[in-house]
Amino acid sequence: MRRTIQLTLNERPTSIEVEDTEVLLDVLRGELGLCGARFGCGMGQCGACAVLVDGKVSPACAVEIGSVDGKAVLTAEGLGTPEHPHPLQAAFLELQAGQCGYCLTGILIGAKALLDMNPDPGRAEIAQALAWHLCRCGVHNRVMDAVALAARRMREAVAA
Amino acid sequence: MIPPMLSANPRLDRWVRFEPDGRARIAFGRMEYGQGIGTSLAQMAADELDLPMARLHVVPAATGEIPDEGLTVGSMSTEFSGPAIRTACAEVRALFIAAAAGRLGCAPADLEVRDGAFLKRGEPTGLDYWALAGDVDLARDATGEAPLKPIERMHIVGESEPRLDLPAKLFGAAFLHDMTLPGMRHARVLRQPGPRARLASLDEAAVRRAAPDVDILIDHAFVALICGSEAAAARAYAAAEATARWEGARDLDPQLAEPASLKTLPHETFRAGAPAPEAANRRRVTATYGKPYLAHGSMGPSAGIAQFEDGRLTIWTHNQGVYPMRGLAARITGLDAAAIDVIHAQGPGCYGHNGADDPPIDAALIAIRRPGPPIRVQWRREDEFGWAPVGTAMLMELTAEVDASGRLVDYTAEIWNTAHTGARGTAVAESALDGYVEPGAQPVRMMPDGARFSGGLLNAIPSYDIAATRTVEHVIFPPPVRTSSLRSLGGAPNTYAGESFIDELAEISGQDPLAYRLAMTSEPRGRAVLEKLAEMCGWVRRGAAGTGRGLGLAYDRHRNRGGFIACAAEVEVEQEVRLVKLWCAADAGLIVNPDGARNQIEGGMIMAASWTLKERVKLGGPGIQSTTWDDYPILRFDEVPPVEIALLNTRDARPYGIGELSQGSTMGAIANAVAHALGARVRDLPLTRERIAAALLAV
Repeated sequence: MRRTIQLTLNERPTSIEVEDTEVLLDVLRGELGLCGARFGCGMGQCGACAVLVDGKVSPACAVEIGSVDGKAVLTAEGLGTPEHPHPLQAAFLELQAGQCGYCLTGILIGAKALLDMNPDPGRAEIAQALAWHLCRCGVHNRVMDAVALAARRMREAVAA
Repeated sequence: MIPPMLSANPRLDRWVRFEPDGRARIAFGRMEYGQGIGTSLAQMAADELDLPMARLHVVPAATGEIPDEGLTVGSMSTEFSGPAIRTACAEVRALFIAAAAGRLGCAPADLEVRDGAFLKRGEPTGLDYWALAGDVDLARDATGEAPLKPIERMHIVGESEPRLDLPAKLFGAAFLHDMTLPGMRHARVLRQPGPRARLASLDEAAVRRAAPDVDILIDHAFVALICGSEAAAARAYAAAEATARWEGARDLDPQLAEPASLKTLPHETFRAGAPAPEAANRRRVTATYGKPYLAHGSMGPSAGIAQFEDGRLTIWTHNQGVYPMRGLAARITGLDAAAIDVIHAQGPGCYGHNGADDPPIDAALIAIRRPGPPIRVQWRREDEFGWAPVGTAMLMELTAEVDASGRLVDYTAEIWNTAHTGARGTAVAESALDGYVEPGAQPVRMMPDGARFSGGLLNAIPSYDIAATRTVEHVIFPPPVRTSSLRSLGGAPNTYAGESFIDELAEISGQDPLAYRLAMTSEPRGRAVLEKLAEMCGWVRRGAAGTGRGLGLAYDRHRNRGGFIACAAEVEVEQEVRLVKLWCAADAGLIVNPDGARNQIEGGMIMAASWTLKERVKLGGPGIQSTTWDDYPILRFDEVPPVEIALLNTRDARPYGIGELSQGSTMGAIANAVAHALGARVRDLPLTRERIAAALLAV
């Protein structure tokens, strides 16, 4: 059914007319022009398309747009910009935590959800939280170090 | 001497130009795909020109814009493209110094370059590269006569410059997959179930009901569904797939996935090396190792865009080389190469020849039949796993003769594999076209030294002092599925097998695996990495075998002519293998970007760990059956161990490749650690729970 969906997209009220069975990932990358969520598998198996829906990590490839009506959706574009990066993005750049980079925006979203819940995660907790996300280049250790670095910076900023 | 890549592209302005905006335009023929090569080559250019990195404009790769350096493969970019860009930049710098000296009436030796400006005995002259750009004609061929800077005067080479391509990838759109062109249409291609399958029927009405705007293109067995959106193309595809009837579908025997089955397939045999050993008072040992077909497993399924307008075909690709793509597209479409432009855009890591060549060819075949709009083809995960070429399975039967002291004196590697570069220059779509003839075996590629090259013999002989060695290679043709280059080709599997075997020989001889290796390593750089590794991993603490905890190591020299590397692994084995830690000591000579080198080496180790413990392509039906990440698991965040890396000899004059340096010794180290933990050897990869259980039962 074609209808108007209202959502908070990257902290901005957004309304869009779509078939409510359309896939969130297609709508984000298509009509909305947000390519931060990337197509990796279309089956929720790899994490490349991760977004936050009301703060919960979700594979945008397996979410119907109708189900996010009235909800808040956050994509990598909503984290930060090159001029004003999120502490996670800044830490990933500082530690050069990436090779091909295809998985990184999804991982940033997964890491954001983790730090929202647990501002001081240990290595095992970070690994557990990101276990759904696949990375083929083998930058896992750098990514985990970058998440820990961002967490420390964010805690220091709160304390300051 | 002029480096080969420069003599193939001798015009200096193809490499370097000075742009009016105060930057130097640098072009090289290597594709960036996340390995950091663009940054490393720019560092070399910056040093030779005495320019800061911020003054460089590295042009995106496209035909006509960059020198033709063929494919970006084989861990060879720094080693071979580096000298070309350095020589070109050194010559450009010398030409400008000469021009400045002419204007200033001084000797060239009185001048130096700082931030692109010419200083005379340390004082500004008012001249810089850009002011002199009109005086120096760079539309000339390189002579190779300008001396390169000595390493000790290079300041940017050796620094961990941040990657030029990484920032965009953290904030949103960055890849070819994210490109939108005006009027662009989205297509999906219905694949033949096997190269001989022919379309018998398709319910076009059902396809139109699913996607009313669909344009159905059927040309023999090539079926494309072209729509205004990706979602519509997906619906059309689903309806087409459900209603298409094929004749001549392939039905592969699942057993063909097993390396041992390679022996049953047609092959050609090549022998090289020492004559057969004469009878002597030696002990002969034989062991057979297997490595299955492996997927490249790129995180993003491949994509491509093509547009045919006014007789010109433009292709956007994330493949390994724009000029080879132009040649491939010309051959398949029948167009003149001069009528084809190829533009490179960023893509997911490929680790060799994955599916990247295919969607742009799908798109080109559609575009020339539907001139006008850009046609975008985005493969699905099932397409990438199912139709991209894979790394070949290998069976490695190794025979050694050891003397009375246990020393290895005679070594034979007998290998079965398909060609590691067999799918190069082909596309999966070709077999669907009218007039398709299945190609014969690709002609054997010859190396500059006259040796034939299939990729299967890389590191077939371990990197030690062995009196007599020989290889027997059986190259299977045709392969049961398309096989192509996968990071290191035969190198890593051969080192896996050879280094497992060396551990077995050490054990038979009652010797420590490290001491056994050192005793047959006279090469000082090889000894140095082994000794450094032993110190890093605490080799002296290594205890008895069979305790469930194991420490193993392995060593090789990349392709027996490149960098030296030793890796160690510590594991715990209960039912499955848990990686506790990995170590690596590597000497790859001059390191252009230390952080980038560490990133590549570590990434290679993690990928190799994944190959060793988890990965195997499943065959059956029309081809590959493992088409999702559930069917083809790879190492996950909670399975990745900490990694410690030491780089040795990093200011040596000569750089060696690092992209495929670390996989073989990592595989060998893990296999040896698992054998140490179990007190039993599993010789077939991956080292799964079932195989470990079987090995323990056999003890």
